[in-house]
Amino acid sequence: MNQPAIKLDGVERSFGAVRALAGVSLDVGAGECIGLVGHNGAGKSTLMHILAGTLSPDKGRLSIGTSDLTGQWSIRVAKANGIRCVFQELSLCPNLTVAENVRVVHGPLKGFGWKKRASILALDKLSEIFPGHGIVADDAISDLPIGKRQMAEIARAFTVTDTPLRLVILDEPTSSLDAVTAEQLLSFVRRQVTNGTSVILISHLLGDVLGTCDRIIVMKDGKTVAERPTAEFDRHSLVAAMGTDVTQKKVVEAKARAAKSEHPIIIRAKPKTGVGEFTARKGEIIGLAGLAGHGQTRMLLQLYEKSGAQVEGAVAFIAGDRQSDGIFNLWSIASNITVRSLRAMLKWGLIEPNKEGVLADDWKSRMNIRTPNMDNNILTLSGGNQQKALFARALASEASIILMDDPMRGVDVGTKLEVYELIAKEAGTGRTFIWYTTEMDELHYCDRAIVFRNGSISAELSSGDISEEKILQASFAENFAA
Amino acid sequence: MIKKLSREPWVWSFIAALGVWLATIAYTGGQGAGEILTAALSFATFSIIVGLGQMMVITTGPGNVDLSIPATITLSGVVAMKVMDTDAHLLVPGIAAALAVSFLVGVFNFALIRLLRIPPIIATLSSSFLVLSTAISYGRGIRIKPPLLLDNFATARIFGIPFAAILVLILSIILSMIIKRTIYGRAVVAIGQNPRAAWLAGFNVNQTRFNTYVLSALLSGVCGILLSGFSGGAALNMGEEFLLASIAVVVIGGTSVAGGRASISGIWGAALFMYLLVTMLNTFGASAGVRLIMTGLIIIAVIVLAGGERQSR
Amino acid sequence: MNKSLLRALLPFISLAVVLGATFYVQPRTMSYFGLNLMLQYAVPIALATIAQMFVITVNDLDLSIGPFVGLVGCISATLLYTNPVLGTLALILCIVAYAAVGALIHTRNLPSIVVTLGLSFVWLGIAVLILPSPGGKAPEWLKTIMALKTPIIPFPIIAAIVIGVAVQLTLIYSSYGVIARGSGGNPRAMERAGWSMLRTKTMMFALAGFFGVLSGLSLLGLTTSADAHVADRYTLFSIAGVILGGGEFIGGRVSPLGAVVGALTLALAGSFLIFLKISPDWQIGAQGAILILVIALKAPLTDSEQRR
Repeated sequence: MNQPAIKLDGVERSFGAVRALAGVSLDVGAGECIGLVGHNGAGKSTLMHILAGTLSPDKGRLSIGTSDLTGQWSIRVAKANGIRCVFQELSLCPNLTVAENVRVVHGPLKGFGWKKRASILALDKLSEIFPGHGIVADDAISDLPIGKRQMAEIARAFTVTDTPLRLVILDEPTSSLDAVTAEQLLSFVRRQVTNGTSVILISHLLGDVLGTCDRIIVMKDGKTVAERPTAEFDRHSLVAAMGTDVTQKKVVEAKARAAKSEHPIIIRAKPKTGVGEFTARKGEIIGLAGLAGHGQTRMLLQLYEKSGAQVEGAVAFIAGDRQSDGIFNLWSIASNITVRSLRAMLKWGLIEPNKEGVLADDWKSRMNIRTPNMDNNILTLSGGNQQKALFARALASEASIILMDDPMRGVDVGTKLEVYELIAKEAGTGRTFIWYTTEMDELHYCDRAIVFRNGSISAELSSGDISEEKILQASFAENFAA
Repeated sequence: MIKKLSREPWVWSFIAALGVWLATIAYTGGQGAGEILTAALSFATFSIIVGLGQMMVITTGPGNVDLSIPATITLSGVVAMKVMDTDAHLLVPGIAAALAVSFLVGVFNFALIRLLRIPPIIATLSSSFLVLSTAISYGRGIRIKPPLLLDNFATARIFGIPFAAILVLILSIILSMIIKRTIYGRAVVAIGQNPRAAWLAGFNVNQTRFNTYVLSALLSGVCGILLSGFSGGAALNMGEEFLLASIAVVVIGGTSVAGGRASISGIWGAALFMYLLVTMLNTFGASAGVRLIMTGLIIIAVIVLAGGERQSR
Repeated sequence: MNKSLLRALLPFISLAVVLGATFYVQPRTMSYFGLNLMLQYAVPIALATIAQMFVITVNDLDLSIGPFVGLVGCISATLLYTNPVLGTLALILCIVAYAAVGALIHTRNLPSIVVTLGLSFVWLGIAVLILPSPGGKAPEWLKTIMALKTPIIPFPIIAAIVIGVAVQLTLIYSSYGVIARGSGGNPRAMERAGWSMLRTKTMMFALAGFFGVLSGLSLLGLTTSADAHVADRYTLFSIAGVILGGGEFIGGRVSPLGAVVGALTLALAGSFLIFLKISPDWQIGAQGAILILVIALKAPLTDSEQRR
């Protein structure tokens, strides 16, 4: 291997009780393309944030070339050393144009004629990576469709003014690209590494990783569990290394399943964003699968609003993004749980406090929420327990249909298993669950999986057919290259 | 207990009010201690009424504020005085008419915000211009005195405690019940913390905001009626000082400007504090300029001290 | 027609409509002197609007700009008149104070509305201390500038164009203007790119202070004597002007030229209503109605973009 361009040694990082990185070591050689794979929550994104300087490690060493930069690492230092990132969430300013966004990351683009230079820089790189991109340098980002925004952001990461590129990290760069542009990007990455720039490619698309990278690192639970040249991996061994145990499927008893198929249909919905239709029967657990952001959450909201969908029964929503969709930060755990059930506690129009207390305590024991006092603020709980509180909120309500928006994001394994069991039990009593999940394992708890692609339903799989391969096939169809 | 109390943001406004009062009577040598309190309660009553409405609006989340309070006070006062026309028999129709126009102002405000999607700050400001013009045009000419009954009511005292203050105390207790124990109250507080989460938890966000803007307008209307009774008639500038006062008592009282946390007791403390502060500075012989500067610096100091807590959220 | 283009043109169309209506109602205003008279007070309003716009660029709001303009007038009519050096120093101090408030708001993560509300009392208090009752004298040079008789095009129009273009160049076309607007659009991305939000915010508030000073000076040049309360309404005018001019409260979307045009529209609307012989009772109300009308027009144009 070449002289390492960047080297991490024993890096650790925790968020509260959750250990996102538990001692990761990583050598990136100059001109090397590394694939980083692993399930959600394996620590890939945290690792990348540490490389970019946006998060600092709790422990561990970091060096560039031969100089040890542990302790001085920051956004600025990372930038000065030619490290660039394309984050999963957009890092462009929506109110600025493409050229202006290029200016934002390049100090030297100033003075007279900067705009022209920035435009040329942006367009040259765009044309180099995505020939025929159709983007104009004066387009405001907010006017561009999501795919073109991502193209602009990727191109921006590869533009060079004063500091040479050392390492570019791409986090799911193809998630919003169509097959053609995704292929353009990957072949550009191949060309780029021959010029001596290193690239780390994080992707769920194992085909992309296998076809592009020199070396693949597999992460699981904050650690690297496998690290080999690409030639020594194939699709199967890679999936095995990621820890998906294909043989250990949770097959719900056939009898129970057969019984469900006689239940009445209570949901019939068409995505407004595309084609297809699906139904759900009383007591079923329906998984919404596919890549993140392909219309699943919008489908859930459609069901919640009961618009463009026939929904019989009261509906409750369990948020996955706890901070923005779920938790009331200023309230106690108890208030956060009872909020969906207040109507049942009214007497002469007033909420009865003792009923609230009883309900909260009941669900504290049923969900095993770990707190000394339900009157403590909700933020005193760990993330997993906050999520349990959100489950309790929905399950305590009168709702017969529970919508779940990828609710297990960043939740520890123990909690997950507890909740899975509860979902199965509740479904047994006749509650219907519509469960959007990005985790393959969770689909095995579902009676059926509905796969989304670009806002449309691209496949429906019954529980016997649910497998990672089939889901991925339906999620990508066009650019699936394994 | 004391430790727990000291963490409640509203406690500070009472401590500050007490401190200022003590400083004042220390200066006067104990003279007029009771009268000062009575006067403070009388005047504070009005900022408390509108403060309660403003508090509800601000609690529904960032960006929500009612700038039409002063104009609504004026319109309500003018309508009440003109309909009553100094005749005590027309007291009830007068009050009803004043509250009816206030209600319409609230509906109009919300219509601008919801239907025309104008940011609340601009919507309530623009509507306040229209409301004020209506008041000017309707109430033009001479100042009409309130019926004696209203005058007596607004200035009556029981053991030195203004009757209006007792009324507002009852109102405050009712409102605090509404906040804590009704669905509407929970909805206001939930929406203020996170409107999307509140919607997903089953609250009707638009209905709640509508109710809140109407409530604020109605409370301004009540203030307008009482104030005209108290000060011997309606005047076109009678609402002016309540624009800043309504916001200031809410903020100093410990209500979160970011929304989601209301403090009714804090409004009482803050309103008393604001009045007693002016009294103290007057007693000390401070000029109008010094009074203004002190008021401003105290508002800033309060928000800076409370701001640290906000961050830890 | 392209929605974003239409949105950018809206302030100019509004101004043209109000101007046309004024000419129609009172044809005599269609002259050098008529325009001069109608628009002279638009200059200080435009400057205050620009000040407000800098603050709105970084997602804050300044409720103290009106009293601040009043304070600058009071300082300039007294200290600057009697002692130019000390007066200049005092005005510089005002700008520094503004910058410090910006830094405070950022570092403590405070709601700018409340801080500037408190600040408005402070400015007013200082102004009243300096000048308890209206009075003082404007420095001669100020009066001369504001009474300038420019050839063909009246001075207020030239001044407005110069102000608008200069700020447009700084905030829209310069490379640092991009950083300022980006900080309103996506603060996290800006910090990830290595820019200090503290520096940007401090700078924006300092600029607001600077233009507030210019506004106060130009207003004093017109009124020739000062009054602490003279500009209280400027707070509202400036906010409305920015919004009329196509700006938005959050997201770093502002338009300096639009803001100046918005301020001109507001100033003209005042004159127009007088010429319309609307009863004085309804003057303010009509202003409110115009405000609602113009801002409501924006709603359908911004809608599609916010929903993406």
